[in-house]
Amino acid sequence: MDLSTMTALEIGKEIKQRRLSSVEVTKNFIENIKNNDKTINAYTLVLEENALKQAEQIQKKIDNSEDLPPLAGVPAAVKDNICTKDILTCCGSKMLSNFKPPYSASAVERLEQAGAVILGKLNMDEFAMGGSTETSYFGPTKNPWDTQKVPGGSSGGSAAAVAADEAPYSLGSDTGGSIRQPCSFCGVSGIKPTYGSVSRYGLVAFASSLDQIGPIGRDIKDCAEILSVISGHDFRDFTSVNRPAIDFSSSFDGSAKSLKIGIPKNYFSAGLDKDVEKAVLEAAEVFKKIGAQIYEFELPTVEYAIPAYYIIACAEASSNLSRYDGVKYGYRSKNAENILDLFCSSRSEGFGMEVKRRIMLGSFVLSSGYYDAYYKKGLQARALIKKGFDEAFEKYDMILSPTAPTVAFKIGENISDPLKMYLGDIYTVSVNLAGIPAVSVPCGFDKEGMPIGLQLIGKAFSEPVLVKAAYAFQLNTDFHKKKAQAFKGGEQ
Amino acid sequence: MKIDTELISYLEELSRLKLSEDEKNKAQSDLNRILDYIDKLAELDTADIEPLSHPFEFTNNFREDEAKPSADRELILKNAPEKKDGCFKVPKTVE
Repeated sequence: MDLSTMTALEIGKEIKQRRLSSVEVTKNFIENIKNNDKTINAYTLVLEENALKQAEQIQKKIDNSEDLPPLAGVPAAVKDNICTKDILTCCGSKMLSNFKPPYSASAVERLEQAGAVILGKLNMDEFAMGGSTETSYFGPTKNPWDTQKVPGGSSGGSAAAVAADEAPYSLGSDTGGSIRQPCSFCGVSGIKPTYGSVSRYGLVAFASSLDQIGPIGRDIKDCAEILSVISGHDFRDFTSVNRPAIDFSSSFDGSAKSLKIGIPKNYFSAGLDKDVEKAVLEAAEVFKKIGAQIYEFELPTVEYAIPAYYIIACAEASSNLSRYDGVKYGYRSKNAENILDLFCSSRSEGFGMEVKRRIMLGSFVLSSGYYDAYYKKGLQARALIKKGFDEAFEKYDMILSPTAPTVAFKIGENISDPLKMYLGDIYTVSVNLAGIPAVSVPCGFDKEGMPIGLQLIGKAFSEPVLVKAAYAFQLNTDFHKKKAQAFKGGEQ
Repeated sequence: MKIDTELISYLEELSRLKLSEDEKNKAQSDLNRILDYIDKLAELDTADIEPLSHPFEFTNNFREDEAKPSADRELILKNAPEKKDGCFKVPKTVE
């Protein structure tokens, strides 16, 4: 059986019907990691022994004909900012390079309860700050479609692992596009859930009012199944919404009939790559053919999303990352004479430059004298951005847009120009500011064969409708079935 | 808004960071470019707009005030770079 062409749900079904065992599936993926990850560097830690032990335990339950969820026995991998009990959780940073959390994240606990086998931890931009996985202390991850290119970020390892057959699915986190943009760059599917849908308990905090954990998979149906497992109320996250796990039972009739889809005309302007524009507009035609109604409209305040996002995200980061002081856990400088020196030296030696830059920007926008002009102004812009979405969703069921303005760029190309890197977030950050859900699914390739992603944005808690549309799209296209090849055959 | 070397030093202090001369220069030019872009927000009319710090409205999620065991001390100290007598150890803070 060729596991590389199967979805996680298909693998789960074979395991349940005992045509495959969880152990042989797990071994298969560990073998793939051994072969491919020297090139890709998606993993920061592979848990071979643990995973095989978990697989054996689950297989016993399957052999006893216990009633288990659809993904029981299927392996998965987890972004390295999601805590795993007694297992290194380094967040792509020297600061946490020795950190073994005393507890697991709620999302990991729920996956394990559903019978997941955890293969390992996945590379990411340091503290999830970046769009290329180049700021990781553990070196960059390579794009499985072209190993000279970035996989996107910050969940670059999570997307690359799925694209390179190193995991059937993974968890990522999305603060400003960190699930969707790498999905777009690596040709895989992902969901950024409504804020509060998935518990943030055990997710290392970057910007607490924006962060969400979400799934990355080979198709949208896998992602929906994973999200139905990890979502739902958790008393340990104060911002977790008091709702049951998301129910996708109405999402797979394969129809897009009478869905009203709005396309923001002003998203298709300067800075958008021509091949990306073409692929996304062709995707709109597919939706039209399968019965959706397409409308063009203007989404206001688009140009203020990036400024507002970087003000708010950096402000929250500067506060959240103040916990790293070299005292309780994480990196401690050996060169400190007094307590203040210990704080400053540990932080200066433990954080990389992008993290330092964002902490300083956050300190600036929150400092007295600049608070009103920047932080408060950013929050007011956020209110207007949310209002723009609210008004759009009075008319449309969802908004269709590119996920990112370009395909994956070359490693090293943008890393010395932070502003250029930030501008790549143009279509994703406003979704986090408004707290609403969005999916990214593959919708084509550029002239050089690099994948292009399509984003569908919906109102709060409309994940089942977004998945319904994305599922109908994937039934009628095969972009998500195309496989990356560049990592094979031992390229650098 | 322009960030000068004095403000960079102030931000280092607020952020509890110590930058090298090279890092300072780079931070100054990067932050200035980023702020140039962010200053675009000034043109947005936000008169009478309530700042939105959180995507949804929140009500307090109270629970009963009951005494319950907290995390085990040893567990919490496990990751400490230095510890002594069940406490985190830091350089001397008072003379």
